[in-house]
Amino acid sequence: MANSPLPILDIRGLSKQFMVGANTVDALANVDLVVKKGEFVCLIGASGCGKSTLLRIIAGFEQPSTGTIAMYGAPITAPGPDRGVVFQDYALFPWLSVLDNITFGPRQRGLSKQHARKTGEEYMAIVGLTAYADRYPSQLSGGMKQRVAIARVLANNADMLLMDEPFGALDALTREKLQDDLLEIWRRTGVTIIFVTHSVEEAVLLSDRVVVMSASPGRIASDNQVVLARPREVSAVDFNAVRLGLTQKLTSHVTPRTRPDVADQRVALT
Amino acid sequence: MAQSVINPVAATPAVPWLRNLLLGAIVPLLLLILWDQAVRLSGTRLIPRPYAVAQMMWDFIFGGIYDDAFSRTFHIHLWASVTRVYTGFFLAALCAVPLGLLIGRNALMRRLLDPVLALLRPVPVTAWLPLSMIFFGLGPNAAIFLVFLGAFYPILLNTIFGVRSADQRLFEAAAMLGCSGSKLFRTVVLPAALPTIFNGLRIGLSFSWILIVVGEMTGVPTGLGAVIMDGRNLSRTDLVISGMVIIGLAGFISDRMVVVLNNKLLAWSPQHRG
Repeated sequence: MANSPLPILDIRGLSKQFMVGANTVDALANVDLVVKKGEFVCLIGASGCGKSTLLRIIAGFEQPSTGTIAMYGAPITAPGPDRGVVFQDYALFPWLSVLDNITFGPRQRGLSKQHARKTGEEYMAIVGLTAYADRYPSQLSGGMKQRVAIARVLANNADMLLMDEPFGALDALTREKLQDDLLEIWRRTGVTIIFVTHSVEEAVLLSDRVVVMSASPGRIASDNQVVLARPREVSAVDFNAVRLGLTQKLTSHVTPRTRPDVADQRVALT
Repeated sequence: MAQSVINPVAATPAVPWLRNLLLGAIVPLLLLILWDQAVRLSGTRLIPRPYAVAQMMWDFIFGGIYDDAFSRTFHIHLWASVTRVYTGFFLAALCAVPLGLLIGRNALMRRLLDPVLALLRPVPVTAWLPLSMIFFGLGPNAAIFLVFLGAFYPILLNTIFGVRSADQRLFEAAAMLGCSGSKLFRTVVLPAALPTIFNGLRIGLSFSWILIVVGEMTGVPTGLGAVIMDGRNLSRTDLVISGMVIIGLAGFISDRMVVVLNNKLLAWSPQHRG
């Protein structure tokens, strides 16, 4: 695969402030992040570190307060079909069948009904839902709904998958199965994935690169390459070593906040 | 795949329809007996007994008992009322649904129209009767206007509410799939609001049947409201009660027709089955 001269995602000096009542809250401060095409990047951090906000800015749902964000060099200003979002709560259209949910994007692009149907059937097969084409979302389990949500953005030829804790609401067995399937889809399609999670194990299992974020203000604390061979095994010794290292990086940004001396300094500063 | 599929339709236990019918008939039968005995024991001559009303209804529909001005005129009056109810109701739905979608979605429209709607809404529709007669003259159009007004507000308010309470995530999902702007009305806004719109349609239609009677009480010779008014003027309580029963049945059948449509269009949403 030829290397594109421009990175798929280029974020420089990005910050985001929210107004909460009369107060300004720094959700993100001075974030720099460059993602190469085909990379599987996990964003990880405690709640409130701004990882979901960062994902929503990449998706185009929110605008940065300062800094730049570009995809293949073009600024991101609005949501678009090149960036497919997979939400934790699925956000499927409840009035559309599985097939119609998957073909929603292709139909919006102006594909004919037959052509869209063919695409839809192809992606239903990829996520293993062919037998459920005519079901409505309310008749599916959580894992199946998330498969539909993944198929729906893949069918739309998204270059980048933005996944916001997509497996967080699923039971352990379903989650494992979907993690395996997602890796298989990633391997087969070469799509770039940015995946928000709060599970270190999930991040190490899935990604090439784990970006650890910390809170108040939300920022990137460390950027770590995961150099484990695939397929990975959660019970392997080297897997555990990587997991332990990342867990320490994650908690080292969390624990000082509870230390009274640091807390005192914070009060003194403000 | 080892995942189970939830099918709420198959999970509903099958209850024999006969049992439901018998259970539903108990209270009406008791009320009939109560009515009959109350009239008999009090000895009043102002209110007829159920059997006399049944005779009146038979004559009203098929004739052959009294052979007076009302014999075999049922179909004329029913048809007059039905056409007025549905004209007013469909006009109201045609105006209220698009307007509600627009107001629910567009903040400018909301600020522009909310004060007017909030001021006009508390005015009872029946208070419009004198003005509607001036606008439309004596005749069926005044009645249709009342029906229109009565159905308009519940449909409008429910449509606005349905749009406002639509899951914002669905708009984000549509946007990231490449659907935005006015295309959203058909793809997301309307289907998301449809369950609530149907609530509005049901309430609006029931108001329509209430208001047609008010509207037909003055200025029109036909219609079930006119029959009730004639019955009152002629002191024929059996005719009044016959008209009431028929309006109740017509309103009930109208509602069931909307429910059938509701269940057909909202098959995706098991909790909205009426």
